[in-house]
Amino acid sequence: MTQSPTLSRRSAHSDSTLPRKSRQRGADARAGYTFLLPWLLGFIVLTLGPMISSLYLSFTNYNLFDPPKWIGLDNYTTMFQDERFLQSVGVTVGYVVFGTPLKLAAALAVAMLLNSARKGQGFYRSAFYAPSLIGASVSIAIVWKAMFGDSGPVDQGLSFFGINIGGWVGNPSMTMPMFILLTVWQFGAPMVIFLAGLKQIPADLYEAASMDGAGPVRKFFNITWPMLSPVVFFNLLMETIHAFQIFSSAYIISNGEGGPAGSTLFYTLYLYLRGFSDFRMGYASAMAWLLLIVVGILTLIIFRTSKSWVHYSGDAK
Amino acid sequence: MTTTATPTQSASDAQVANYNPKSESSTAKRAKSALFHVVAIALTAVVLYPGLWMIASSFKPNAEIGGTNTSLWSSNFSFDNFVTAMDGIGGVSTLQFFTNSLILAVGAVVGTILSASVSAYAFARIKFPGRSVFFGMMIATLLLPFHVVIIPQYIVFQQLGLVDTYVPLLIGKFLAADAFFVFLMVQFMRNLPGELDEAARIDGAGHVRIFTSIMLPLMKPALISTSIFSFIWSWNDFLGPLLYLNTPEKYPLPLALRLFVDQTQSSDYGAMIAMSVLALLPVLIFFLVFQRYIVEGVSTQGLKG
Repeated sequence: MTQSPTLSRRSAHSDSTLPRKSRQRGADARAGYTFLLPWLLGFIVLTLGPMISSLYLSFTNYNLFDPPKWIGLDNYTTMFQDERFLQSVGVTVGYVVFGTPLKLAAALAVAMLLNSARKGQGFYRSAFYAPSLIGASVSIAIVWKAMFGDSGPVDQGLSFFGINIGGWVGNPSMTMPMFILLTVWQFGAPMVIFLAGLKQIPADLYEAASMDGAGPVRKFFNITWPMLSPVVFFNLLMETIHAFQIFSSAYIISNGEGGPAGSTLFYTLYLYLRGFSDFRMGYASAMAWLLLIVVGILTLIIFRTSKSWVHYSGDAK
Repeated sequence: MTTTATPTQSASDAQVANYNPKSESSTAKRAKSALFHVVAIALTAVVLYPGLWMIASSFKPNAEIGGTNTSLWSSNFSFDNFVTAMDGIGGVSTLQFFTNSLILAVGAVVGTILSASVSAYAFARIKFPGRSVFFGMMIATLLLPFHVVIIPQYIVFQQLGLVDTYVPLLIGKFLAADAFFVFLMVQFMRNLPGELDEAARIDGAGHVRIFTSIMLPLMKPALISTSIFSFIWSWNDFLGPLLYLNTPEKYPLPLALRLFVDQTQSSDYGAMIAMSVLALLPVLIFFLVFQRYIVEGVSTQGLKG
C-alpha cells in the first residue's frame, strides 16, 4: 500500500500477454462472472434498477400508497416556482462554493507546513486527520450546535476579542459560516492526501531552483503547484461531490427542519423532507435526478478543464 | 479563537521553512524547528478543541456547560451525566443501542470483506469480456450521489415488508455496493506481481485456489483498511437507519442520540453530550489503535484515484 502512484500506474495491466488457448479463455470468462457476481448483482439490483425507476418516478406523482400517475415534466417545472426548493439550491451552492475551496486551501497550507518538518510529522498528521473521521457524525453535530449556540464557548471566545455574534445557531445569517467552519475543520483528509503528494516531488527540483535564485513564491508556483496538480484535481473532485451531499449535520443542527428561516435547508435535507415526510416521492425523485445531472456536469467540467491545469509526470512542461 | 487566521499564517511559514540548503547553520535550523512546533501545536489546540470541549463537558454539571464558563476544567467533574446517559431513552437502555450499532457494524465489515474481495479479484486478476465496461461503471458509482437510489430502494424494501429490519441496511454490504472498497482492493491486487498467478496456474491451481491461498493472505493490509473504514462508516451512519428503522428497540446509537435530543429538548445538556461521547468512543478507540493504518490508507488511496 505504500507503493508510489507512478509504480501502480505502470503495473496496472500486469496480466500476462502470452497467447492463451480458447478453452482457458472460456474458463476465465466463467470464473470472471462468477467472482464478479456479488458486485454485479448489487449493481443491477441496488444501483442500476433504482436509478431507472427513480428516473421514471420523476415524471410521476407518487405518494407510496396510490399507483404512480404520469405527469410528464411537471415535477421539474414546478421546482423552479417552489421557493423552498430555490432556497435549498442557494444554501447548498453557497456551502459548496465557499466551503470546499476554503477547506482545500487549509489542507494544502497545513500539508506544506507539515512537509517542512523533520520531527513530529506523524503525530500532527494524525491529530489533524481525526476530525475527518468523526466530523459527519451525529455526536459532532450535537457538539457543534452546543458550541455555536447562544453564549456558547465560541461566542465567549470571540467576545474576548471584542467580537459579538450573539449566537450562530439561531441567527439565519450566521448558520452558513458555522457549517463552513464545520467542513473546514475536517481539512485533515485532503491534507493527508496533499502531504503524500508533496512527498513525491523530487527534492532536487527545489535545490536546482534555489541555486537559480528562486524564492519561495516562485518555487510554489513553478514546482509545487504543477507537480501537485493531479492531487489537487482529485481532492477538488471528491470534496465537491461530497459537499453537495451534506445531510446528517444539517438534519441534527436544524432538528430536521432546515431552519432558522430556511438558512440550513440543504438540498438533500429538502429532498428527504419532500420524499419521506410529505411523501412526494415523484418530486423527490426529480430532485435526485437534477442533483445527479448537476454533479455529473460539474464532474465533466472539472475533468475537461483539468487538461489545462493538471500536469501528469511525463508530460512536457 | 484564531481558527481562520492560523492556516494562512502557516502557509507562509511552510514556504519559508521549506527545503533549507544543507549549508545552513544549526542554530538557524533549530530556530526554524522551534517555530514549526509552535505553529503546529497552536493549530493542534484549535483542531482538537471541539473534541476536548465535548469530553470535558460530559463530566460537568449542566450549569457549567456553556454560559460564561469557557474553561475546560471544572472542580465539579463527575460521572453523573454518564449514569443518566446509560439509562437510555424511550424505554430502551443505551446498552441496547450499543448492541444494535455493533450488530450493524460487524455485519457491514463481514459483508464488505466477503463481497468486495471476491469482486475485486475478478476485476484485477481475471480477463473476461466486458470487464473494462463493468469496471468503468463501478468507478462511476463512486461519484454517484446516493440520493438517486434511495427512493426506489425504499419503495422496494417497503413492498417486501423489510422496513424496520436490518436487511436494507446490510444487504448492500454483502453485494459490494460500497464501490470505494472494491476499488481499493482492485488497486491493491494489481500491484501484486503477476508471476504469482502464473506459477500457481502452471501448478494446476484454479481461480478459487489462487484467490484463497495466494491473494487473500497477501491482501491483509487492504482487508484491514477496509474493515476499519467500513466499521466506522457503518457506526456513524445516520441516513440509512433514519430511513428504515421505526422502533427504538432497533435503533443504533446515532438515531438514539437524535431521539434523545428530540425528547429532552436539550434540557439535560450534560447527559446529551455524555451520550455523544459514548457514541463516538469506539471510533476514537479504533483511531488510537489503528491510526497508522487509517492515515496511511487515506494517503495511498487518494493518490491512486
